[in-house]
Amino acid sequence: MTEPLIIGIESSCDETGVAFVRGNTLLGDVVASSVEQHARFGGVVPEVASRAHLEELIPTIRRACEESGHRLADVDAVAVTSGPGLAGALMVGVASAKALAWALDKPLYGVNHLAAHVCADVLDHGPLPEPTVALLVSGGHTNLLLVRDIASDVVELGSTIDDAAGEAFDKVARVLGLPYPGGPHIERAAAEGDATAIRFPRGLTSRKDLERHRFDFSFSGLKTAVVRWVQERERAGEPVPVADVAASFTEAVADVLTRKAIDACREYGVGDLQIGGGVTANARLRALAQERCDAAGVSLRVPRVRLCTDNGAMVAALGSQLVQRGLAPSSLDLPADSSMPVSQVKAD
Amino acid sequence: MLLLALDTATSAVTVALHDGDQVVAEESLVDARRHAETLTPMIASVVAGARHRPADLTAVTVGVGPGPFTGLRVGLATAVTLGLALDIPVYGVCTLDALAHAVALRPGSPAKFVVATDARRKEVYWAHYRTNDGFPQRVSGMPQVSRPADLSDEIRALPAAGRGPLLYPDCFASALQPLDVPAGALAAYAVEQLRTGGELLPVQPLYLRQPDATPSAGPKSVLPR
Ligand SMILES: [Zn+2]
Repeated sequence: MTEPLIIGIESSCDETGVAFVRGNTLLGDVVASSVEQHARFGGVVPEVASRAHLEELIPTIRRACEESGHRLADVDAVAVTSGPGLAGALMVGVASAKALAWALDKPLYGVNHLAAHVCADVLDHGPLPEPTVALLVSGGHTNLLLVRDIASDVVELGSTIDDAAGEAFDKVARVLGLPYPGGPHIERAAAEGDATAIRFPRGLTSRKDLERHRFDFSFSGLKTAVVRWVQERERAGEPVPVADVAASFTEAVADVLTRKAIDACREYGVGDLQIGGGVTANARLRALAQERCDAAGVSLRVPRVRLCTDNGAMVAALGSQLVQRGLAPSSLDLPADSSMPVSQVKAD
Repeated sequence: MLLLALDTATSAVTVALHDGDQVVAEESLVDARRHAETLTPMIASVVAGARHRPADLTAVTVGVGPGPFTGLRVGLATAVTLGLALDIPVYGVCTLDALAHAVALRPGSPAKFVVATDARRKEVYWAHYRTNDGFPQRVSGMPQVSRPADLSDEIRALPAAGRGPLLYPDCFASALQPLDVPAGALAAYAVEQLRTGGELLPVQPLYLRQPDATPSAGPKSVLPR
């Protein structure tokens, strides 16, 4: 018997994603991004993103059908990101998924975007080891999760108390005169730089902070420290060593992220770490995570970069897990929940 | 023919079914905050209540606004997805035209009137209509968005349907029903246009406003002055 065919729809931020998954196999994965439309604003503008989702919705579904070789009529269940994310953006995907589920008379699964990020890797490396610790880092989120059961038991150990890691990349890029989105440009600049040139602060790592915020993150202070350092050079009329700043900033981010992730693995006796989210594209973060996992005897799983950023594949992958585990579908009146807690993997 | 009509560009979520002769089912719910939650369950209820299945639908028509953006997009995303999934055509209708048709369908409706709906931010979406053989025609060109106090005396003197006169009673001479668009009138409008070869719109939102966003300036100084 073949496994059910799941369509996944993602619209929580600035990527419209649609994909098909059967079991743990990705059959088609199309993403339309509005990132270029946000560039001159220096960050995602919710209304611009929502307009783009509506424009790209049908073309993206069509292309995903073509790429997968399937028709919508072949679908056995519909999965959609129902939160967390930008409310107006989420609503486009949720409305479409409901219409699809009703028209096809198939079950609808409203799923959590963060849990879906964790699930993306099953498409590359097979079933998720459980328990696993997951570190999710992007322009919209920075979370450390303990996943005992991806369908029903996900606990947030910590998250950012101010900026997301990806936002810090965008803001530092801006002060260095690099374009939006900052991640790839900082990475390119950092390649030529010395990561030990400047000792930027590591947020929430002091002894006092570790008591209350052991697994939380803070990037606002780091960002301000970088901006201050750069502006002091500019004021003094000195050249700004862009490469060294980029490399030292990246090191500070990667250091805190990986240090806390490994600490969580130790604390909970978990032998597997999974990282995901757009910032995972950063090679230094991946390399440092690997180094520290090796040293700690933790096995690291990182999906290919395309599956780290937002897409429909991860949504379909989580939908597929829920169907495989026999969970009840969501109701057709499920809301788009912009602040859906990660402990809620599936909407009721 | 079995046409599904839906609109989410006013405070109501509204759905109707038209068989080519008449409206055979209709439901509306006034709740401007829950468009995304209520629309598809309402479609399911209307279609099942009329003893039909999704595959029986032959076309969809949707109000393309103008209206508050988030709700408006729920209707459009739903309509275009139904069109794709069921492989049936989707027709756009200006929401104000559908509301004007609802006015014209009522006995004793005036020959000239305005439709003015809530555009939030102290503005209304509006258009000026004249009925011709019981069918409304826009005489003011494309719908516009204005502060009600900025409307011309000529427009303000006309009776007005929609929530505009309810929200800004000082700016309109008198109020007409309905306040929100009923999908039955939307369906009837689309059927009439299809029958007479009249104009239907592409399924694209009439936003009438640019997104609010200002291009980013350089980083602010964090140094003491
Ligand atoms: Zn994400």
